[in-house]
Amino acid sequence: MILAEGLRSAGAAVRLWFSPARVGEEGTTPDYRFSLANERTFLAWLRTGLALVGGGFAVDQFLPRLHEGLRLIFTVVLLVGGALCALRAVNHWVRCERAMRRGEDLPVTRFPTALALGVGVLAVAMVVLVLLGRTD
Amino acid sequence: MADGPLPGAGAPRPAPDRDPGLQPERTRLAWRRTTLSATAMAVLAGRQLLRSDAPGPVEVILAVLMGLLWAAFVALAHRRMQAMGTGRPPGLPPRTALLLVGCTLALALCGGLILVRPGH
Repeated sequence: MILAEGLRSAGAAVRLWFSPARVGEEGTTPDYRFSLANERTFLAWLRTGLALVGGGFAVDQFLPRLHEGLRLIFTVVLLVGGALCALRAVNHWVRCERAMRRGEDLPVTRFPTALALGVGVLAVAMVVLVLLGRTD
Repeated sequence: MADGPLPGAGAPRPAPDRDPGLQPERTRLAWRRTTLSATAMAVLAGRQLLRSDAPGPVEVILAVLMGLLWAAFVALAHRRMQAMGTGRPPGLPPRTALLLVGCTLALALCGGLILVRPGH
């Protein structure tokens, strides 16, 4: 039930990305300064994604003593996380733009919490591994 | 208040050509930070490629692909930064946003492909 709902809303979001003209037809054009602020938020999220992808490369290159399997897991998690951040960036930008045009409240999501928890867990795991000396 | 005769003070006032909040300037700098992040990531990806022991042709193809993706990213950002030079920049074209995200995803995918080391 929840899954089907999630899939439906994801499908609607993807349709929205690829037919952005529909967003432009709705409501009234907001003050350009608000659109620029939304654009900067999009860029900040994109940078977060780029940083996570770069972090994935860094884990693979600069932790040669980490166990091979663990290193692969860390790297893949960071790469996938970066990709999700980039997708979220464009999705959130479109939704905010549409909400501003319609004069609705800006959308709120759980994504920042999930990202913070994910990064926190990765960092703690890293500290524990180093303390236990399991980096060989 | 000794208001001198402002240029263009008659009604309707033309749009000021500079925002006192410097929003276009701040947005332009946000774009610059983003291209710097993309460049740093591309350098790390290139280093990853240099360290990999993939066969030569695969390395060359991946290197060319990643170079093109980075160039597309920077070119798109450059066009948008030029649009920021106008007093009231038009909205971000959704196509630009999608292409930038596409470049990021493709670069992450290339990095993932480098990780697949059949020899290990």
